[in-house]
Amino acid sequence: MSEAGNNSKLLNGATGKWEVVIGLEVHAQVASKAKLFSGAATAFGAAPNSQVSLIDAALPGMLPVINRFCVEQAVRTGLGLKAKINLHSVFDRKNYFYPDLPAGYQISQYKQPVVGEGEIFVDMPGGETITVGIERLHLEQDAGKSIHDQHPDYTYLDLNRAGVALMEIVSRPDLRSSEEAAAYLRKLRAILRYLGTCDGNMDEGSMRADVNVSVRRPGDPLGTRCEIKNVNSMRFVQQSVDYEARRQIDLIEAGGTIKQETRLFDSRTGETRPMRSKEEAHDYRYFPDPDLLPLTFEQAWVDELARSLPELPDEKKARFIQAGLSPYDASVLVAEKEATDYFEAMVAAGAETKAAANWLSNEYFGRLNKAGMGIGEGPISPQAAGAIVWMVIDKTISSRGAKDLTDIVWHEGGDPRAIVESRGLKQVSDESAIEAAVAAVMSANPDKCEEVKAKPKAAAWFVGQVMKSTGGKANPQTVNAILRRRLGLPEDG
Amino acid sequence: MALSSDPTRFTIADARDALAGKQISATELAQAHITALTAATALNAFITETPDRALSAAETSDARIAAGEARPLEGIPLAIKDLFCTKGVRTTAASRILDNFFPTYESTVTQNLWDAGALMLGKTNLDEFAMGSSNETSYFGPVINPWRARGRNEDLVPGGSSGGSATAIAAHLALGATGTDTGGSIRQPAAVTGIVGLKPTYGRCSRWGAVAFASSLDQAGPMTRTVRDAAIMLKVMAGHDPKDSTSVDTPVPDYEAALNTGVKGLRVGIPKEYRIDGMPEEMDALWQRGVDWLKAQGAEIVDVSLPHTKYALPAYYIVAPAEASSNLARYDGVRYGHRAAGVSDLIGLYERTRAEGFGREVRRRIMIGTYVLSAGYYDAYYLRAQKIRTLIARDFTQAFQQCDVLLTPATPSAAFGIGSKTSDPVSMYLNDVFTVTVNLAGLPGMSVPAGLSQDGLPLGLQIIGKAFDEETVLRAGRAIETAAGFNAQPQSWWRTA
Repeated sequence: MSEAGNNSKLLNGATGKWEVVIGLEVHAQVASKAKLFSGAATAFGAAPNSQVSLIDAALPGMLPVINRFCVEQAVRTGLGLKAKINLHSVFDRKNYFYPDLPAGYQISQYKQPVVGEGEIFVDMPGGETITVGIERLHLEQDAGKSIHDQHPDYTYLDLNRAGVALMEIVSRPDLRSSEEAAAYLRKLRAILRYLGTCDGNMDEGSMRADVNVSVRRPGDPLGTRCEIKNVNSMRFVQQSVDYEARRQIDLIEAGGTIKQETRLFDSRTGETRPMRSKEEAHDYRYFPDPDLLPLTFEQAWVDELARSLPELPDEKKARFIQAGLSPYDASVLVAEKEATDYFEAMVAAGAETKAAANWLSNEYFGRLNKAGMGIGEGPISPQAAGAIVWMVIDKTISSRGAKDLTDIVWHEGGDPRAIVESRGLKQVSDESAIEAAVAAVMSANPDKCEEVKAKPKAAAWFVGQVMKSTGGKANPQTVNAILRRRLGLPEDG
Repeated sequence: MALSSDPTRFTIADARDALAGKQISATELAQAHITALTAATALNAFITETPDRALSAAETSDARIAAGEARPLEGIPLAIKDLFCTKGVRTTAASRILDNFFPTYESTVTQNLWDAGALMLGKTNLDEFAMGSSNETSYFGPVINPWRARGRNEDLVPGGSSGGSATAIAAHLALGATGTDTGGSIRQPAAVTGIVGLKPTYGRCSRWGAVAFASSLDQAGPMTRTVRDAAIMLKVMAGHDPKDSTSVDTPVPDYEAALNTGVKGLRVGIPKEYRIDGMPEEMDALWQRGVDWLKAQGAEIVDVSLPHTKYALPAYYIVAPAEASSNLARYDGVRYGHRAAGVSDLIGLYERTRAEGFGREVRRRIMIGTYVLSAGYYDAYYLRAQKIRTLIARDFTQAFQQCDVLLTPATPSAAFGIGSKTSDPVSMYLNDVFTVTVNLAGLPGMSVPAGLSQDGLPLGLQIIGKAFDEETVLRAGRAIETAAGFNAQPQSWWRTA
């Protein structure tokens, strides 16, 4: 990416244009049934303090033991980010006092993370693909939760999350707009979900981002950054960057300077406010955790994991394009793992690739959006959808019939083939029947016939009338051909 | 074998035979020790006594012995350093901050002992969180050494941090005891109370359930009256534990069987750097006697060099406090242990709780540790100390190319008076000068009583071995023990009727 960035991404200030520079530190909870260093469970929504082992509560003499499964997921994620896997890495203690941090330190990886540099390609809606560098991925423990609103004088603690395995994925400051930041996060989440290493549920806290924002004049060195902590939705990432970039620009333009600090995003007001400044920052006194051995593994084991990796969004997209989809359709389909899974299940049920993609973008996505549903929550199974598309291809139903059939299955459910039979939705390609229908419409509308002869484009009106009179069952191409012959119009190009 | 009529005079080996031969019951054995420790409160060796538990376990042992199902330590009454968590039995680490802490779990090492049939008489006093060399930093008051200088009534320290365990053995209040050794906490008190103390190789015994002081140095070990008893206890205490990632999965040999193979042809290294300035002449002479004893039994004496020895003590007093400052962060008054009353803000809660809960020495080490890990000081202190540690380990590796074990003094002097060093931490730290190197290198080391000072106080010699070669350490220790014929006993001045 060019240093000055794309001009269209620049923000206008009172004194000229500004470039916003963003880097993300994403905390992704490893999809593991047990914690990183204890056997306690990790299920979401369990009763407070019901998933806490002696180790998680940091009782005297307790020792951590690494959960191999979590390490495997971190390495698989690293491979999915095309990153360097470090065969030797070290767990460190990050020391600070807080009631929801039982041991008084968090076990993390500081100087030697398990995964090194990698990259992610992010498709932007305008068609641009940006490359975002990954600086590192390391494993660490989550803290517990302090609950301040249950009692006027006391703070309650829930240690269920304490010790849960997180992957912290740190990007390079390669993002240049709030849209890019949100798109990066969306792509990262898709990769994690494809890999199955994190469920990506931001509303359950399985994924959250610390957003580093700075501004500069295009071409200048990096400005002083502020870190917005714990942003927990795509929308909030975008809003917080927009607010923070504007705040920094306004402050600099008013003659102020940016103070390096940690800020909080308030989703009610859409604003960020200071949490603590660099001067008050903790000295974490990192040092290697003497309770744990360095993490080491063989290249052969890494290679084995690499071989068993599932197909990831970029490869899937390339395959879809090869199968005839437009790059846009392909990138829409791979953006969410659920959509891809749905699409592939349709194709497996017999739908032709391109027709399946068309049906999804023309018929299904709109209905889902309107109903506020995710693709996993929609009422039509991919097998039913595949059958609908298949029946259009083999001309059992018309595209108009497909629309009606989709409506019926959406509202009432049922097997699409049986519905077509029982409701007589079969497309009529029998020319004599269509001839009769065309003739009937023509004789009922002599004035329209004259109009169409002068203005051939108005023929569409007749097609619509015939389709209506046949209950949508007539093959529209046949209707069109007969109509043109009868009206003496030239054949369609 | 002529058994004493007083069962508290038994060794573990004696007791094992006597129990097997039905000459005594486990209940009688336990009762004899309960009587002894009840009469020894003046020594302050125990923080918590568990006579009921001991007697009920003894009943079980008697039933097993009668049924012919005796386990290796069946019916052997032990004292447990109060740093090992014991299920349902108060565990304090000799700190106010754990004054009223009752674990719901049992440390691996003590569980191994109970599984082998041993029984617990009580939890022994120690320096607070094992930080000290005189047992004077305990929240529960100092332990008094059963030994007194000839013709004097001055109270002496039993060494530390395992001072309560050492005293329990020296005063015949238990047949064996557990200790932990981070910089000498088993070997130094053993030396100044005239008993055997073995610190195994790092990773030999599980650390799970033992309150942590400095994780990379802490190691549990036995404290006994004979080398054979140390071998018997270690066999049971040692072993791989999946719950401790630093415990090592290597077979536990039959240590007792190794004892009788002698030292003929054994190469014994004498490190010249352990001849330090200001060491009493009698200590030097004892060391020379040790050399002569081994030589007389056929060992070959080799002069070796451990050139980085002088950096060991400063490196130790960086690494150990650094780890301790982090290990002790969990004692914050939030979930268990002491909590300051009447504080309404978080920082105040931490400050008051920890100021009230920790004694001076623990606070001092937390501050040293926090300092050496701080940004800007880490490289100068912690990182350099770790490099020194690597060099010290390498010194030993090179020395062990020329010899099989090393022989050194265990301590620079005999037991000193209560309060005589408390105002000068550095002079206190110097007690560990011969022992900390072994922890920094993770090696096994054993202190064996070898003679008396001119004042009539016990002195020990230390044998250092290769990693996981406790067998050779025990063999050499047995040779010293045999030659020294140490059979002096403290006068029972502390006994109340």
